[in-house]
Amino acid sequence: MTSAPAPIKAKLRIGDLVFSRSAVFAGSMILVTLAAVAIFLIVQSIPAVVASSEDASILKTNFWDYVGPLVFGTVWAAALALLVALPISIGIALFISHYAPRRLASVLGYVVDLLAAVPSVVFGLWGIGVFAPALVDAYAWLNENLGWIPLFSGTPSATGRTILTAALVLAVMVLPIMTAICREVFLQTPVLHEEAALALGATRWEMIRTAVLPFGRSGIISASVLGLGRALGETMAVAMVLSASPVITFQLLTSVNPNTIAANIALSFPEAYGLNVNVLIATGLILFVVTFAVNAFARWIVSRRKEFSGAN
Amino acid sequence: MTIQTTQAPETGVAIANSLTAGRLPKSAPWTILVAAIAVSASVFAVVSFGSGVGYNWGGALFIGALLYIPAIWLFSTLVEGRRRAMDRLVTALVTGAFLLAMIPLVSLGITVVSLGAARFDADFFSMSMRNVTGEGGGIVHAIVGTLLMTGAAAVISIPIGLMTSIYLVEYGRGRLARGVTFLVDVMTGIPSIVAGLFAYSLFAIFLGPGTRTGIAGAVALSLLMIPVVVRSSEEMLRLVPNELREAAFALGVPKWLTIVKVVLPTSIAGITTGIMLSIARVIGETAPLLIAAGFTASVNYNLFDGRMQSLPVFVYTQYANQGNPPQAYLDRAWAAALTLILIVMVLNLIARLVARFFAPKFGR
Repeated sequence: MTSAPAPIKAKLRIGDLVFSRSAVFAGSMILVTLAAVAIFLIVQSIPAVVASSEDASILKTNFWDYVGPLVFGTVWAAALALLVALPISIGIALFISHYAPRRLASVLGYVVDLLAAVPSVVFGLWGIGVFAPALVDAYAWLNENLGWIPLFSGTPSATGRTILTAALVLAVMVLPIMTAICREVFLQTPVLHEEAALALGATRWEMIRTAVLPFGRSGIISASVLGLGRALGETMAVAMVLSASPVITFQLLTSVNPNTIAANIALSFPEAYGLNVNVLIATGLILFVVTFAVNAFARWIVSRRKEFSGAN
Repeated sequence: MTIQTTQAPETGVAIANSLTAGRLPKSAPWTILVAAIAVSASVFAVVSFGSGVGYNWGGALFIGALLYIPAIWLFSTLVEGRRRAMDRLVTALVTGAFLLAMIPLVSLGITVVSLGAARFDADFFSMSMRNVTGEGGGIVHAIVGTLLMTGAAAVISIPIGLMTSIYLVEYGRGRLARGVTFLVDVMTGIPSIVAGLFAYSLFAIFLGPGTRTGIAGAVALSLLMIPVVVRSSEEMLRLVPNELREAAFALGVPKWLTIVKVVLPTSIAGITTGIMLSIARVIGETAPLLIAAGFTASVNYNLFDGRMQSLPVFVYTQYANQGNPPQAYLDRAWAAALTLILIVMVLNLIARLVARFFAPKFGR
């Protein structure tokens, strides 16, 4: 019997060791950072959750009464924004992927991406200086003619700084990312599916309905969830455009609007002191948890799609 | 296979072409569009004449374009049938969605340029706001702060981001790599204000509450920048062909030297582009800097001591704390917004040029 040959071993080099260790270290830094974000926010939030109006001047009764309208406002504004942005972004994505001339398509995609390059504070400035005043007449008309719908009831705002304006600005801001994801997915539709549909005599719309949209459904879902995450966390545009008060109301056109968590932090933080700071950080923690869950959900959908589809 | 072609009879009597019958002529959509806009323009003219208010060009165009959608559907239904009408309707809607999204972009561009031009002068780029009330003043302190904080954020995030992407592409196996990939994805979606709150509470715990410094702002920005750097560099590193790595290994080059001398140089253009785009993304962030770095009217060169102003926060504070005369504050806000947009656009442009001209040429 011959003895088995000695296994071949790579030479251990000091450079390799240092390099691979620092790469692993950098990777773990991501884990550490996210854990640190959660821990620091939680540590700073604990005093606020048990605080009452005597401890923190910003609270009327207790923490949960304070945060309730904010959570409502955040979800309401983001949902409205999504409702507006979703059909438009699907439309733009289809236009770029299937309707526009091939040569123009990449340029048009770049033009839409330009919207994403505009800083949010500039959107805020534009929203309050141009967009809100332009909508006052439209709001008055809506209130006059469709006032019987509870959403449009009440006295219309004279400045246009309503939750609907804020939601529309948010919709413009989440359009680019949603369009980019939808476009990516629509472009991946198997060409054979499309050609088969066209060969059977389908019009372009029928081809899109039967081949492109079913293929892109999970992409559309993840795009809308990611857009929702963006809209939930968007700060400056809402802080500048919305004239807010601590209420819960579904009326879209009045000057009494619920605030969002992020905008409330931005507006109150510079003047906050003592326990008020902790209260604001605690609302930030709630926002962090909600957006984390929403984003994780979106990524889960994307990863599931990776495994089960492809050009099948 | 033969193709039968019909000869046109010499008598000159037009016979119906079976392929084009029952279809709208090619010029029909444009004709209908012009007609729709004309109808809406005349209605607006009557209203404007009757009520005495100025003519609303934007409204006329908008309503005209809106009118086109049912009009083309109606004509197409009459001539071409239900299915083609649906197709034309969707074409109109999809094109309309794109044009609708262009309205805010164009309006924003025009507004920022026209209102920003009022104070876009030499004073604006050579003065700070120290001891300035009312008119005058400039953004030197904001530009200094933005450069320092973004620079510090880049110094923190580029090594971490690049090494993380190298880990994910070259070393990453198993649960840690999967976890890092997932968390980087989730980190991309962290609201910017939460990053600011984190940086604030980090420094508040160690340096006492109420501390606002430039470095806290830089930490907040790097939290937003790292995931973008990781994402883009990872994508670029994955594009490097495995044959290059294998060729280096076959020559006996150690793995770390292969990465440094072969993989990174091949993908450096794409990585640079990604880093510049990530800088363009964080340079416009307002909320985290408002929280973590505060705002001030003076130039501050020290990242570790005292509040620091930045361009986006300057825009916000000029708007939010208007003094007398308010127009001076608004003019400064718009001029700073114009500066900010120009910086972001230039960064984007350079990034795309780098990607185009320095990309490695594969094949022939």
